[in-house]
Amino acid sequence: MSEILDLNLVEATEALKHKKISSLELTKAYLKSISDTLSLGAYLEIVEDKAISMAKESDKKLMNGTARPLEGIPLGIKDMFCTKDIKTTASSKILENFIPTYESTVTQNLWNDGAVILGKLSCDEFAMGSSNETAAKGNVINPWLKNKKMSPGGSSGGSAAAVAARSALAATGTDTGGSIRQPAAFCGITGLKPTYGRCSRWGIVAFSSSLDQAGPLTRTVSDAALMLNSMAGYDQKDSTSANLKMPDLMDYLDKGIKEKKIGIPKEYTQDGISEDIVKFYEKSIDWLKDEGAEIISVSLPHTKYALPAYYIIAPAEASSNLARYDGVRYGIRQEASSLDEMYELTRGNGFGDEVKRRIMIGTYVLSSGYYDAYYLKAQKVRRLIKEDFENVYKKVDYILTPSTPTTSFELGKKQDPLTMYLNDIFTVPASLAGLPGISLPVGLDNSGLPIGIQLIANSFDEPGLISTARVLEKNAGFNFIADGAAK
Amino acid sequence: MPNKDKIVDVPTVNKIARLCRLDIPEANKENLTNDLNNILGFVAQLDEVNTSNVEPLASVTGHKLPLRSDFVNDGNIEDLVLKNAPENSSGFFVVPKVIE
Repeated sequence: MSEILDLNLVEATEALKHKKISSLELTKAYLKSISDTLSLGAYLEIVEDKAISMAKESDKKLMNGTARPLEGIPLGIKDMFCTKDIKTTASSKILENFIPTYESTVTQNLWNDGAVILGKLSCDEFAMGSSNETAAKGNVINPWLKNKKMSPGGSSGGSAAAVAARSALAATGTDTGGSIRQPAAFCGITGLKPTYGRCSRWGIVAFSSSLDQAGPLTRTVSDAALMLNSMAGYDQKDSTSANLKMPDLMDYLDKGIKEKKIGIPKEYTQDGISEDIVKFYEKSIDWLKDEGAEIISVSLPHTKYALPAYYIIAPAEASSNLARYDGVRYGIRQEASSLDEMYELTRGNGFGDEVKRRIMIGTYVLSSGYYDAYYLKAQKVRRLIKEDFENVYKKVDYILTPSTPTTSFELGKKQDPLTMYLNDIFTVPASLAGLPGISLPVGLDNSGLPIGIQLIANSFDEPGLISTARVLEKNAGFNFIADGAAK
Repeated sequence: MPNKDKIVDVPTVNKIARLCRLDIPEANKENLTNDLNNILGFVAQLDEVNTSNVEPLASVTGHKLPLRSDFVNDGNIEDLVLKNAPENSSGFFVVPKVIE
């Protein structure tokens, strides 16, 4: 069995195409992995029968020569994506019984390209969190240093843990302020947040609509390219969808970075960043230099204000988006004698603490008398942050930063909400500017936990992001497997 | 933005909770008030930034919202729309009585 699990996504598509393996074998191997790693808590829902029937369908297509790009590839889907007839809870109690009657565009794109669904993956409740600890059904365990019970990061913690544990060949995630890149860094895998507008938001449970973006979590950069090829695309059903064709990312894997300019922002090397991360950040800079890139020191002066701006904008949008959970049209209802009391009890009972905090903050900053001081102010700062990036991209092609200030931490250790927010300090700025970013593993720290490095490209330059990330990946040669991974 | 230390008190928290229809148990109110003050104190850093003559940025896409013709493009899916409702009757969502 283990040999089949050793194949990454790109290798598996080749093996399937050349009939060395069947999708049924591959899918069954992953279903076994899921049951072998159940204690990690990555999956909320496993759809074995559906997986088997999709795999058989894929095998027919592989046999008759009509295979599509992801034919027969078993995937895990973050529970933020609506999946028709499969329970979709966003890891919230308020949606514990919700069965969508439609499919999200991104997942439909994946099924149209032949992928097979294994199940739904845990995440922080409504994608609000950086440790997967806000999930209603409990946290997910990082497969690295499994016995120490480390956080997989969040919010796409189940997605990252499943890919690292080899209980999904790849997974979907959503990223609002770092929710793909930070868990990818914590779990030693690759996570790509595309440019805002690349992937349709239709059918994804809405958190902060001006920031939410779907993307892949995979073992390698090539795997991410292949996944994003299928996930991305214009969609009339999302008014912010970009009507811009993305080139085939697989054509950009080996373009190299000769004469490309890499910006090193001075604001990203601050106090509190772990020494091992600094060491690998410096190594990464050297690798890119050795491959022919020009390294240029740059400044993004408003970086410090990204996190405070984010924690006004995201809760404001969340408070508005989450107003729909009212116990009337879907989700649970707490019975009460009056309509208002029914709303209050349903929401009070259905939402967890972090979600409540954000709804409260969002309601406050949007309320009469405070709107200008908080919300409008944050939107102005957001423009300054975006302009910082625009100015830097006049001088450089890509920006290199650490993905996170620290590696994973033990579950249950960070209780204070503000401390938790600081996890996203390096990922939030690119989110506010709508830019594509990728985190990939480059090494292990002295306790054996993975370290992620982030590359940020200009809008819609996913092709260049892939080329550059591949260079880093080859130099880092990260080929460690988590101790808690399926064997 | 107001003074950093104590931006909201319990009565303000009650008012906000009422606005967003969120039942907060009495025992949790003090902790929640502290958490909100910590977060609001943190975001108050934005006061340091000079934003005069800066236009607020609501969307990064740069494109105009597309319009489409006003016609029904689905319809006849009443069953699907009601399928997840906690209570429905005769094609309607049912809520507690609001008129005496």
